[in-house]
Amino acid sequence: MIRLEKRPQPSRLWTIVTPLLAVVLTMVVGGIMFALLGKPPLEAIRTIFWDPLFHPQFAGYSRPQLLVKAGPLILIAIGLSIGFKAGIWNIGAEGQYIMGAVTGAAVGLAFYPSDSVLLFPLMVVAGALGGWAWAMIPAVLKTRLGTNEILVSLMLVYVAENILASASSSWLRNPEGMGFPGSRNFKQWPAVFNDELVANTGMHWGVVAAFIAVIAAYVLMARHIQGFNIRLTGEAPRAARFSGVSPARIVILCLGISGALAGMAGLFEVTGPAGQITIDFNSGYGFTAIIVAFLGRLHPVGILLAGLLMALTYIGGELAQLMLGLPGASIQLFQGMLLFFLLATDVFTNYRIRFAKGELA
Amino acid sequence: MDPVLLVASIMVSATPILLAAIGEMVVEKAGVLNLGVEGMMITGAVIGFAAAVSSGSPVIGFLAAALGAAVLSLSFGFLTQYLLSNQVATGLGLTLVGLGLSALVGASFEGVRAPGLGKLWIPGLAEIPMIGPMFFRHDFMVYVSLLLVAAVWAFLKYTRAGLILRAVGEDHESAHALGYKVVRVRMAAIFFGGACAGLGGAYVSLVRVPQWTEGMTAGAGWIALAIVVFASWRPLGVLIGAYLFGGVTVLQLNLQAAGANVPVELLSMSPYLITILVLVIISARGVHGAPGSLGRSFHASA
Amino acid sequence: MKRRTLLASAALGLALAGAPAFAQDVPKIGFVYVGPVNDGGWSQHHHEAAVKMKEHFGDAIEMIEQESVPEGADAERVLTQMALSGADLIFTTSFGYMDPTINVAAKFPDVKFEHATGYKTAENVSAYSARFYEGRAITGYLAGAMTKSNKIGYIGSFPIPEVIRGINSSFLHAKKANPDVEMSVVWLSTWFDPAKEADATQALLDQGVDVVLAHTDSTAPLSVLEKAGAYGFGQAADMYDYAPEPRLSSIIDEWAPYYIDRVQAVIDGTWESHNSWQGIGDGMVGIGEITGPVPEDVKATAEQMKADIASGAYHPFTGPINKQDGSAWLAEGEVADDGVLAGMDFYVEGLTAEIPN
Repeated sequence: MIRLEKRPQPSRLWTIVTPLLAVVLTMVVGGIMFALLGKPPLEAIRTIFWDPLFHPQFAGYSRPQLLVKAGPLILIAIGLSIGFKAGIWNIGAEGQYIMGAVTGAAVGLAFYPSDSVLLFPLMVVAGALGGWAWAMIPAVLKTRLGTNEILVSLMLVYVAENILASASSSWLRNPEGMGFPGSRNFKQWPAVFNDELVANTGMHWGVVAAFIAVIAAYVLMARHIQGFNIRLTGEAPRAARFSGVSPARIVILCLGISGALAGMAGLFEVTGPAGQITIDFNSGYGFTAIIVAFLGRLHPVGILLAGLLMALTYIGGELAQLMLGLPGASIQLFQGMLLFFLLATDVFTNYRIRFAKGELA
Repeated sequence: MDPVLLVASIMVSATPILLAAIGEMVVEKAGVLNLGVEGMMITGAVIGFAAAVSSGSPVIGFLAAALGAAVLSLSFGFLTQYLLSNQVATGLGLTLVGLGLSALVGASFEGVRAPGLGKLWIPGLAEIPMIGPMFFRHDFMVYVSLLLVAAVWAFLKYTRAGLILRAVGEDHESAHALGYKVVRVRMAAIFFGGACAGLGGAYVSLVRVPQWTEGMTAGAGWIALAIVVFASWRPLGVLIGAYLFGGVTVLQLNLQAAGANVPVELLSMSPYLITILVLVIISARGVHGAPGSLGRSFHASA
Repeated sequence: MKRRTLLASAALGLALAGAPAFAQDVPKIGFVYVGPVNDGGWSQHHHEAAVKMKEHFGDAIEMIEQESVPEGADAERVLTQMALSGADLIFTTSFGYMDPTINVAAKFPDVKFEHATGYKTAENVSAYSARFYEGRAITGYLAGAMTKSNKIGYIGSFPIPEVIRGINSSFLHAKKANPDVEMSVVWLSTWFDPAKEADATQALLDQGVDVVLAHTDSTAPLSVLEKAGAYGFGQAADMYDYAPEPRLSSIIDEWAPYYIDRVQAVIDGTWESHNSWQGIGDGMVGIGEITGPVPEDVKATAEQMKADIASGAYHPFTGPINKQDGSAWLAEGEVADDGVLAGMDFYVEGLTAEIPN
């Protein structure tokens, strides 16, 4: 019989080994899948993991693009991880992301075509507030009535999607857009266009914010008393209460941070890479960020790396389609496998495997 | 607007989400939150379609769909129950895997026609005016879905196994202390949930549309998750929820077809707002509808 | 702070630096699709046309494709990567790629772009689109002739000019066949959701409609119509599997001739940016064989209409036509100009519902 024995502390060695192990396993199984599809497995794997970083022709462009793709994922995942540490399950970041983008865009478009330098910061604040307010709904319901935040935040995603649909087809629609859905394009409005700060680096304000968030989260969780309280609430709720930590305050704090960060991510995306509010603007960042948060083991540095890894599979997957003609679905399956292996191998970090005789559940 | 036709349409349109939701409800009752319903549904849709086309029998299609999706759900079960991975992340991963896998498997079935599923008129009842055409002139899967709801209700309420399942979901530590096999119960529940989601998916590809196209469940799995919450984890609530969620869509389309001006977005978001309201009401009454151990990993430390 | 010129020139430098790595022996043609290439609808038809184009040229060109590319930021990256990989001509086959196409094209002046169904062009960006409303005149006429309940239905995706043109054209010609006809319109807010399309079809049938025109992509409506014994039409593809009934005819997207034409222009070095809007006469809009119990005289009239539209003798929007509110739009014999059609945001007289906004 094989059984698991909980380690007193997560193993540092395995924390580093497991992601590598998972990537290797994914390469093996994914390679078999590519071979079954009649594609050269080694080339496919190399295209996905190596080419975006080092291909002489693409890397110059795709390396910065990794940051563009990873930026919002990291920003959202950092916010989520703080809540997850406290045992607060906000899975509605997708909705907060949408509401941040819609609120921020609406505030900006109300001043169209102003070229004030204050407008973009104002929009960022509005975006953060939009996401924050959307997250406050589950937060307040949880603290006042004990309503389950997982479910409320998930339901609010659907509501936000409908608000997005109505925004793009009616009240934020570009009046000069020939009747097509979609807002004005922020890329054509220099005062608020969230462009690259330094050409060809991929660094726009959203990526900068993501890096700041990583550092801030690290400091908060490792050095600050609130970070300690958050962890304590997650690991030993009763002990937290005895030491005077108000659970309600932690809920408001954690959901507030994750909502505001998700909202900001939405605003940076809509004014930058995406450019406009459209009906399917959201494209699942809020959900993918949950995956990133777990891949990163809820640790700020881990999330940074996980976000980049996720972005790598997206961009590498695109290159694999482009150069090898792999079907898009196989990339999706490949990502699913990577996630499964990462989650599966995580068990080694927290548990020892014991081979023992005897009956165990 | 003809209420008879409307009700009959709602029943058909609600059947996939009803099937998926009743399965997910059992899973959640056992304390497991599987967000991968969409992935299991789409897998059921493609396997059911493939099996039905290959065998010429829709019944075989449904059986294969249930089995296929259930087997897929075991990957989620293995990860979350034995390797103790986070249920939320694993469920999202299951959706990714299901969508990708189904598209690859289904590529050769695009544009193929499925064998039809005949209507089964319930003798006697189908002849009743009004009531008959509304409720008793459907294909057999509609009745199966209703029977399944009744069976789940009876199972949870009256059987010892149902009691154990609920105990495991409410408080897995105590259930374990009482000697119940928490992990095994949960694996069985996950398997059942997968099978139901598979049936729901196959209903979309074999009856409601009927054809196979990539991504055809188009978010029905997520609606099923909402229905379970709306139902506050009660079988009858699932039935009402599925017909409400399905009904709003059908009603909205019918209103449009009848020439009314409908605020489409407002109507589409209303079931979710109602669900939140239901959640708020049950929690305000102090009863926590959600099973106590929902979403938490269980590891027997002893 | 904004360094767009810098960015553009840097990207250009990149493109130039990258170019020699791929020897430019044969032209490389790229296609970007919004859905999977086997979605049974819009993307599949572009893909099939691309394959036909490739068969036509054989080894004289190289073809690269990318499916399921979300509109927005991802599209811009995919287009850039394609341009970097040495593509000479890139077809972006969805309306939502319009701004990304224009943005990427500005960075790669030597790469040519063809954007489907949009209205923006540039030195190296063409726009191409099909006059589907010409085809809808014919299917609308058949619908009007074949309805017994005098009620026909139209399944719309989004209330954009393209769809509104289709509704107006169908309705005007249904009325020509049957002055008493009424049309119900159902909006789905999606181009592709088989289950919802099936529900919408059922809803229309429940309202007494017996002929349905769909402007969404799947064959789901035809499946439902078949079961109900009602009529419909192939959309985007011939959907001949559903002939002779319920499918009476179809509007077929014929992109292949255009693709062959434009690729040839690149090979010959004669490619120039244009804004092309082609119809039945140019071969971009195909009309499927008329099948089912359509009476001979109706069939003859429909085929005559098709011939007249193709030859230019007849324009589907020829006055007198009033707008929905009764105000005059086109006088007797007057023909709608392309500018108004391109931005069409009103119903014609006789349609009862309002356009949602």
